Amino acid sequence: MRPLTQEETNTFFDKLSKYIGENIKLLIDRQDGAYCFRLHRDRVYYMSEEQLKIGSSAAGDCLLSIGSCFGKFTKSGKFHLHITALDYLAPYAKHKVWLKSSAEQQFLYGHHIMKSGLGRITEGTEQYQGVIVYNMNDLSLGFGVAAKSTLACRNCDPMTIVVFHQADTGQYIRDEDNLT
Amino acid sequence: MAGKQTVVDSVLAQNQTDEPKFKSTHVENAELVEIDEGLLLASNENKLDLKEFRQKPEEILKNLARDATQVLFNSLWQLPVEKVEGHFLIKLPEIKTWLPREKPVPKKKAVTKWQEYAKVKGILNTKKSRMVWDEASKEYKPRWGYKRANDDTKDWLIEVPVNADPMEDQFAKKKTAKKERVAKNELQRLRNIARSQKSKVPGVGLTPTEQPSKEHLEKALAIAHKSTASIGKFTDRLPKEKPSKYTGKKRKFEPSIGNLKSEKEKQLKILDIHSKKIPKIDVTKAANRALRQEEEERSKAAEKKSRKTPKKQRGKKASLGLGKSGGKIRKGGGNKKTRGKRRM
Repeated sequence: MRPLTQEETNTFFDKLSKYIGENIKLLIDRQDGAYCFRLHRDRVYYMSEEQLKIGSSAAGDCLLSIGSCFGKFTKSGKFHLHITALDYLAPYAKHKVWLKSSAEQQFLYGHHIMKSGLGRITEGTEQYQGVIVYNMNDLSLGFGVAAKSTLACRNCDPMTIVVFHQADTGQYIRDEDNLT
Repeated sequence: MAGKQTVVDSVLAQNQTDEPKFKSTHVENAELVEIDEGLLLASNENKLDLKEFRQKPEEILKNLARDATQVLFNSLWQLPVEKVEGHFLIKLPEIKTWLPREKPVPKKKAVTKWQEYAKVKGILNTKKSRMVWDEASKEYKPRWGYKRANDDTKDWLIEVPVNADPMEDQFAKKKTAKKERVAKNELQRLRNIARSQKSKVPGVGLTPTEQPSKEHLEKALAIAHKSTASIGKFTDRLPKEKPSKYTGKKRKFEPSIGNLKSEKEKQLKILDIHSKKIPKIDVTKAANRALRQEEEERSKAAEKKSRKTPKKQRGKKASLGLGKSGGKIRKGGGNKKTRGKRRM
């Protein structure tokens, strides 16, 4: 377990800022104690200072997971967000998408979102902007990337993909062994 | 006779009453002592009566030692005894007690890189015979070395390969190839030794390989960069060239539990820089502009449509009119002068 290097922090924040913009500040600079990001086995974990202190007494080989996993660095150095980060992204989300109840299951099975399943979308969402996906009861289901901007959404036909799927809460069941 | 008998009896009796001249060789509880004649070892592993021992330790220890020694000597005298030049000799039997070895267990020989590879791949060594039939001399000769069979170094003629340069010296080529192979082998031997001693494996530039890999070339480049008198300080770099992986420097990370405050500040700084990089756009303004543009375009397109349709209609009507009522409209066309003339 170690802190992120400058380079890693840059790529990590780049990715995070697609979803929560400058709200990353609120994750780092918290009123209720010191929190930090730590890299362990190519995965980035978010944890409090106490958790860090307890966790660092464990040998690296034995440590499976600590705090909550935000995602992982791929071997080519890119960063992938995991569904486990949703709880921290959703409250600070800048751009949201609401799903109709009919499209909810499709999304939770890992499919992209079609225009037909789109209930609402935040005004002013740009293309390729990271979005958090909610159902109509404002329950966060996952996140993805906007394939079309809000304006373009209006004029496209119902079978076009509007949001690319990235992660959904169904992964807790489907990808249980990959999530830590 | 009777007198003699009495004398013997009396002597014996006196002997018994007097202290015996030699101490007895008899030991009570002799079975408690374990004997290993080979090592001349006697050991008694039974517990002592502690209370008694505290009262008179010296005496008890002395007795124990005496008993053990006596049992050992008794058992030695049971073995076959030889007499050589007035001395008694006993050949000691094999030892029964296993002693720990004096020296540490010898370490296993370090495997070479090839042996390691062969083990992984499951390559087995097939034994080849030392002697090989030599066709030329019609006799068995060693496979390699001095006076070897089928010796190709002694060839007086070498065929030039089809795609080779005809002026190339094939003999010299063969010699250099052999030299290179020997050098490579020597290098690998040294590296194996270095590896087994866990010292640093000497860095090498390009060992002769048929098809150097990307990594191989990268390494060679890094070495070539450094191979100047100033250790590469003034070597020109390509624009946007990444720093080499083979600098010999280890990555260093900050401690896991360091100063969290400074770490936080660092991250905030990064965020600050990050936010400055993003071009600031008033999203609503831009969206509104885009909307207006789109609407304008749409209205233009609509206008064009509305303009076009009446024209077409007019044209159609005109053509229809032509078909139906001949030159009626034509009479209406043209300027005033011609109109008048035509009528006339």
